[in-house]
Amino acid sequence: MTVISHITCPVCGDFCDDIEVTVEDNVITDVKNACAVGAARFLNYATHRRTKPLIRKDGELVEASLDEAIRKSAEILADATYPLLFGWSSTSCEATRVGLELAEEVGGVIDNTSTICHGPSILGIQDIGISSCTLGQLRHRADLIFYWGSNPWDAHPRHIERYTMFTEGRFQRSTWRKYVSRLGGTVTEKRLQRTANLLLDHHPPTPIETGQGLPYTMFQKKRKMVVADVRKTRTAEAADYFLQVEPNRDYELLQAFRMLIRDGELDVEEVAGVPVELLEEVADVMIGCELGVFFFGLGLTMSEGRHRNIDAALSLVRDLNQYTKFLIMPMRGHFNVTGANVVFTWQTGYPFAVDLSQGFPRYNPGETSTIDILRRRESDAALVIGSDPLAHFPKKTAQNLIKNPLIAIDPELTPTTLMADVVIPPAYVGIEAEGTAYRMDHVPLPLKKIVDPPETCLSDEEILRRILNEVRRIRRKLN
Amino acid sequence: MPKLKATLLTGRTIDQGTERERGKFSEEYRRSVTICEIDPDDMKRLGVTENDNVRVSTDSGSVILRAVKSARAPHPDVIFVPYGPWASLIMNSETHGTGMPLLKGLPAEVEQAPEEKILSLRELLEKHYKREHE
Repeated sequence: MTVISHITCPVCGDFCDDIEVTVEDNVITDVKNACAVGAARFLNYATHRRTKPLIRKDGELVEASLDEAIRKSAEILADATYPLLFGWSSTSCEATRVGLELAEEVGGVIDNTSTICHGPSILGIQDIGISSCTLGQLRHRADLIFYWGSNPWDAHPRHIERYTMFTEGRFQRSTWRKYVSRLGGTVTEKRLQRTANLLLDHHPPTPIETGQGLPYTMFQKKRKMVVADVRKTRTAEAADYFLQVEPNRDYELLQAFRMLIRDGELDVEEVAGVPVELLEEVADVMIGCELGVFFFGLGLTMSEGRHRNIDAALSLVRDLNQYTKFLIMPMRGHFNVTGANVVFTWQTGYPFAVDLSQGFPRYNPGETSTIDILRRRESDAALVIGSDPLAHFPKKTAQNLIKNPLIAIDPELTPTTLMADVVIPPAYVGIEAEGTAYRMDHVPLPLKKIVDPPETCLSDEEILRRILNEVRRIRRKLN
Repeated sequence: MPKLKATLLTGRTIDQGTERERGKFSEEYRRSVTICEIDPDDMKRLGVTENDNVRVSTDSGSVILRAVKSARAPHPDVIFVPYGPWASLIMNSETHGTGMPLLKGLPAEVEQAPEEKILSLRELLEKHYKREHE
C-alpha cells in the first residue's frame, strides 16, 4: 500500500493540488481531500474504461491493434480536405501542442471546448481587457466575493472552501462558522413553518423569504459574498446578498450596476426583477470593499447577450477600480481548458477556433468555431480528444458530426466513442500519465502519474505524435 | 391538457458530475440527467407530481423527462434540465455569429406525458443519431 500526496485533480477548472490517494497493487483504493466529483473520478475511472482500440468494420466497432487504429486515423485525416480537431480541455498541454502540429499538417480547424463554454468570455476579454490575479491572492485578501451566473457548489465544489468564503486567509477569516449557524437557523425556521402549517390546516404556507429583502449583514465587517443568478442555488443560499435576476436580463442588470457606481440614479423600481433598493446596497458594498473579486460563469456566456454580457461585467470591474481594488475571473470548467487556450495562443496567436486550412492561422468565431462549422456541415472528418460532443452539442450539430468519419481518443465508453469510426483509448492523463495543465487562474501545475496504464494504452501525446508521423509518411508517399 | 410556457435553463449539478464518473451508459447517470426541475406552483398548474413524466419542447425538438420539484424555488416559469444527451436534443445550434449556441434561457413548453417513457441512452442514440457513411 502506498499513499501518494499532493496529487492534482484532473476534473474541474479549480484543479485542486492537495489530493491524497492510496494505491494498492496498481489500484486506487482511497482518496482524501477531493470533492465528490474528484473522488468519483479517482475511484471509478478504471471500472468502465476501455483498453483496446476499436475500428468500425461493416458497421460494427471491432477490436484492432494500436498500429492499425493509428494508421486508419492518419488515413482519415490525410484524406480529408477540412478536418476538425476538437476537445483539448481534458488533456495535457504537451498533447495539445502535438495536436496543433497535426492540425497544421492536415490543414484543418482546431478548436477547444471553450468554444461552447467560455468562448464568449474570451471575446469579451479581447474587446475590453481583464484585470485578474491568481486564486492565492484572493484567498488571503479578498473581502468581497461576487459570483454571477456561476454555481460553484455544484460545478466547482471546492472553490468556496479553498479560495474564497470558507478559507482561512492571511488577512481574511473564514466565514464557515457563520454559514453553519445560519444554516441551522434556516433549517429550524423551515421546520417550525412546516409544523405551523400542519397545525393550522388548510392555511396557505407562508412564503419562504427569497433573500431579496435588506440583508442582515449590512454593517458586518467581514468577508461578504454576493450571488447573482436566475435561481437560488446552493451557492446563493450561502451568500449574504442574493440577486435573483430574470433569465436573459443579466446585461441590463450589469449596466444598472455600472450606472449606480458612477453615481447615476435609476428612475425605476426594479431592474431585471431585482429591487433598485437592493442594487444600491450592493453597489455600496462593492465600492466599500478593500479587494473585491467577480467570478462569472456560464450563466453569462450561454444566455442572451453572450460576449456582450462579459463586456459589461469587465467594464463594471474596470469602473469599480476607480474607487477600490476589484478583480475578475471566469470560472473555467475543465481542468485544462485554460491550458488549451494558452497553448493555442502561444502556438498560433489565437485561443480557440483556429482555422489552419490556408496554411496560416485564421480566427473568426462564428465562422471558424466548431458549432458553426458543424451546423453548416463544412468539415469532412473529425478527431475528438477528451470530450463528448455527441452528448453535449445541440442535436443538429452532433448529427452532422457523425455524417463524416470520426476519430475519438477517449478511454471511456461515451456516445461519441460509440458512434466513432476509430476509437483509441489512451492512458488517463493525471492518473496514468503525466503532463502539465493550467488552473483557471493561469497557474501551470503538474499532472501526475499515480498508477501504470494498461499495456495497450499510450498517453494522448504519444498517440497524437504517432498519428502525426503516419500522416507525414502518407503525404510523403503521395508527393 | 395544460401547458406551461417556460424559460429553459441547462447547467451542471453535483449529481450529474458524480454519476457521469460511473459511466455515461450507467442507469445512475441517466437518472441524474433526465430530470426537469419545475417550480412547485407550476407543477400544480401543469397537473404533474414528483416523478411524473413530462414533455419539454423547444423549436428544435422535444424530449421526455422526469418532473422534479425544484429545491431552488421560487422561480415561476423557469425550468432547469442538467447538461447531457437528453438536454442536447432540444438545444438550438444557432450561434448568431458568436460560436456559442443559446444553452440557457431558451423559450420552451412543458406538458404532461404520462404515456411516454424516458429513452435510455442507447435508444436515444438509435432514434436521433444516424451514421450515413460506412
